[in-house]
Amino acid sequence: MALSNIFETPTPGFNFDNTARNAALEGLFNGGNTPKAMKTGTTIAGVVFKDGVVLGADTRATSGEVVADKMCAKIHYISPNIYCCGAGTAADTEKTTDLLSSNLAIYSLNSGRNPRVVMAVNILQDMLYRYHGQIGANLILGGVDCTGNHLYTVGPYGSVNKVPYLSMGSGDLAALGILEDGFKPDLELEPAKELVRAAIKAGIMNDLGSGNNIDICVITKQRVDYIRPYQESQYKDNRKIKYKYRPGMTPFLTEKVVPLKLEVVQESVQKMETA
Amino acid sequence: MEKHCTESRVKGVSTGTTILAAVFDGGVVIGSDSRASMGEEYVSSKTINKVIQVHDRIFCCIAGSLADAQAITKAAKFHLSFHSVQMESPPRVMAAASVLKDLCYKNREELQAGFITAGWDKKNGPQVYVVALGGMLINQLVTIAGSGSTYIYGYIDAKYKPNMTKEECLQFATNALALAMGRDNVSGGVAHLVVVTEKGVEHVVVPGDKLPKFHDE
Repeated sequence: MALSNIFETPTPGFNFDNTARNAALEGLFNGGNTPKAMKTGTTIAGVVFKDGVVLGADTRATSGEVVADKMCAKIHYISPNIYCCGAGTAADTEKTTDLLSSNLAIYSLNSGRNPRVVMAVNILQDMLYRYHGQIGANLILGGVDCTGNHLYTVGPYGSVNKVPYLSMGSGDLAALGILEDGFKPDLELEPAKELVRAAIKAGIMNDLGSGNNIDICVITKQRVDYIRPYQESQYKDNRKIKYKYRPGMTPFLTEKVVPLKLEVVQESVQKMETA
Repeated sequence: MEKHCTESRVKGVSTGTTILAAVFDGGVVIGSDSRASMGEEYVSSKTINKVIQVHDRIFCCIAGSLADAQAITKAAKFHLSFHSVQMESPPRVMAAASVLKDLCYKNREELQAGFITAGWDKKNGPQVYVVALGGMLINQLVTIAGSGSTYIYGYIDAKYKPNMTKEECLQFATNALALAMGRDNVSGGVAHLVVVTEKGVEHVVVPGDKLPKFHDE
């Protein structure tokens, strides 16, 4: 292929080796209680507007019933003109987008141009399809390139859809309601940001897995505005006392000093030439 | 997204669908609906493209798992393009159908996608081929597939005539899609129709509200 890409070209045809491996792994756990991966219950949304693309996400990462991270970054950098929101298994979205980003960076250096959004989408689709849904990454890719403003969704099984607006994650239905009602083609910047903000807010209010702050990323031909946070949660906790202990606060009862005796076993001298 | 797909046989996004193709005098009409579903209740997309161009005069409609179908048509596009460079001439419709059949048959255990390939080539003119789930390849004058097709077998059998004109065939295809979308819950959205003749390719999109209405609507 003409493209310089450090993905090693996979063997031609479809490769289903991983399904055999997965079946074997599942057999090791009796009764089908395989360990479940940690998911970011999430609301992410994207809208194409007149001059570019607006992406939005909440910032809560949950681990079971506990909020593991209140300021988690779900909008990932892919290339200067492309950003990606990820829902699903936290580790999978993180690593997939990192992999994509580093490959596109090498491609950019080799070819001297910014990657196109379709290229990012194709690479993601190929990779996720090869793993047949075992990589739990639901991604919204948005970006601006020489062919226009684009928003794509890539599912964990490798299905791709090009859309003008979209939401994903556990809060997707709540956000989708807002988007369906408020979306119009060729919105201006401020109404587009407001629409995405309202959509994520709906997700946060109506879904337990989404919450805390709202991040917004505006991508246009000229620049990218990553506004983090765009809107802070009104429910912030005020800690009453400090939980840090300064050194020396722990009292000790006895002290015993034992010197370590070290003897030289082997000595070698290497002369360095510094001319 | 697991909450959306509960008991579906197809994992991930499926194109529970209605697709059809028919030969008329001088060309073919290929059509599909535009709905993609997850499980049996959630419409994940109202505007999915199921009529995919694999070469200048050859189109392919997809049914089944969206991920599998998109991967297969991508591979098919590449193979056909390479084949036509090697042969220095456009590929035959039969070649496109064979490429799809090969991919479907060799991987029939794991894949869940079916296709209708239709187009025009210089040797045999307009043709329609159906590649079913397991890799069966059959040449027919008119064919329908997808979950919505079961509701229109009677209509197709009664109303299709060989050597129709382009307008008659377009109306026939639009009616068939409208009837299927009216009865099948996982087919819907807009009707995408493509007319392929020796002269070129013409896209017709009929939005849902402009589809023909029948007596009970």
